[in-house]
Amino acid sequence: MTAAIEIRNINKQFVLRHTRSLKEALVWLLRGRKGDLSKKFHALRDLSIDVEHGETVALLGLNGSGKSTLLKHISGVMLPDSGTVRTGGRVAGLIEVGAGFHPDLSGRDNVYLNGAILGMTEAQIKEKFDSIVEFAEIGEFIDTEVKFYSSGMYLRLAFSVAVHTDPDVFLVDEILAVGDEPFQRKCLAKIKELAAAGKTLIVVSHDLDLVAHVCERGVLLEHGSVVMDGPVGDVISRLRNR
Amino acid sequence: MTNGRTSPTHQDAERALVAPGTGNGLADVFRSRFLLKLLVRKELRIRYRGSVLGLLWTYVKPGVQFVAFYIALGVFLGLEQSPTNRGGLPNYAVYLFSGIILVNFFTESLSTATRSIVNNSGLINKIYLPRELFPVSSVWVSAVHFLPQMFVLIVACLFSGWRPGLLEAYTAVAGFLIIALLATGLGLLFGAVNVYFRDSENFVDLLLMVATWISPVLYSWRMVQDKAGEFWFSVYQLNPITIAVESFHHAFWLPTTSGAEGSPPDLITLWIPVGLLVSLAILFLGQWTFRRLEGRFAQEL
Repeated sequence: MTAAIEIRNINKQFVLRHTRSLKEALVWLLRGRKGDLSKKFHALRDLSIDVEHGETVALLGLNGSGKSTLLKHISGVMLPDSGTVRTGGRVAGLIEVGAGFHPDLSGRDNVYLNGAILGMTEAQIKEKFDSIVEFAEIGEFIDTEVKFYSSGMYLRLAFSVAVHTDPDVFLVDEILAVGDEPFQRKCLAKIKELAAAGKTLIVVSHDLDLVAHVCERGVLLEHGSVVMDGPVGDVISRLRNR
Repeated sequence: MTNGRTSPTHQDAERALVAPGTGNGLADVFRSRFLLKLLVRKELRIRYRGSVLGLLWTYVKPGVQFVAFYIALGVFLGLEQSPTNRGGLPNYAVYLFSGIILVNFFTESLSTATRSIVNNSGLINKIYLPRELFPVSSVWVSAVHFLPQMFVLIVACLFSGWRPGLLEAYTAVAGFLIIALLATGLGLLFGAVNVYFRDSENFVDLLLMVATWISPVLYSWRMVQDKAGEFWFSVYQLNPITIAVESFHHAFWLPTTSGAEGSPPDLITLWIPVGLLVSLAILFLGQWTFRRLEGRFAQEL
């Protein structure tokens, strides 16, 4: 087994800045830095975690415990204030499906654009294009502008692109609530298929039953620190009994 | 804690641990050129969506601007040479148009590049990708809009008896490069600062407002030399936009005249290299600032 993710003592503080204009910053400086221009918020506190390739990990915790922030550190969207994050292999996120979609482009253009944004090459997208469309059940609407899609079609296409990017490490943030019931089941089956194929999964979800179904290991976060790390069932029961 | 699945070992080499979110700046943009191409295409498709004229707007806007300037400055203020006005510039229309399209390229590039990071916050917040892509694609889109205007200019020049040589081709390319590098550098700089202080885009608007006037787009460089003297003229010449506009005049306008007006002294031997160097320096400064600031983009947006 090799390490997929190695996180050592990372800290992250958010500055909740009250001002966004140069004038206010200048006034504050001229007044001798009186008062607080900004408020700090500790999102991650001395957090360390290791994930091996092939593991399925659920990040659990209440709102604001730092789950999404941790995912953003793994994907590289955010950098820690101190400590190190290292990842092995290609990491891709199913974070906010459809972030790269543009409503005025056709489904086809969006598949290419979003695929490239998620790190696929032109050849990879071409090769998987038919499979993406088929999985999304979009059919003839693929050349229609995405703004005319129903919200379900939109999410299905976005999800389909994301699962076809074929990374080594998958980051999944609250996206399993996609589409109608049959499609949800299909998504879930796809995710489990990825896990069975030896992909590493990091899942953030408040749907505890679903998480228990998909993941084997659970990590409980509280105020930006790991408070429990073990088999997913044990972690969920601790979370439920609080 | 670990489960029983085996991971394929042949992939281990390419799975060496690296820190995510740390890129190589503009080198990564080159590596993601397929994505760059798609971003440019997207921008070109949606810019004029829902408009009847569509891409024709890229002709209409500079066309109207040109006519207004031509009548106000060329005719009313007497900058155009005519039998009754010997002191004006010959072929003023070509002079004006060649400068205007270049400065418009700069204005559009910098203005969209400055806003590009904030406008793409949805993506930058969620997915890691080389963020330099956004300012660079803005400049690229502007270059695509610039090309048809360039075509109009060349046709106009050919009708005015333009027969370009190698030197003209060189100054034309140099002028374009100076502006493209400068716009990319300043776009990276102000685009990154704009994430923290939205004053940045207003400052850029101010800068772009005077850009047309502080380089010899509407008037002749000789007027500046006469009024300002040698020293201040050299300072004036340090502005890369000035050098680029003069290069364009040298390439497109000068060959259509008797050549009596001439280009500024040492334009080709001294000022074009200086302009390229200044633009390159600004590009490095922009990239350096961008890389220092981009680490906190996701949390500031």
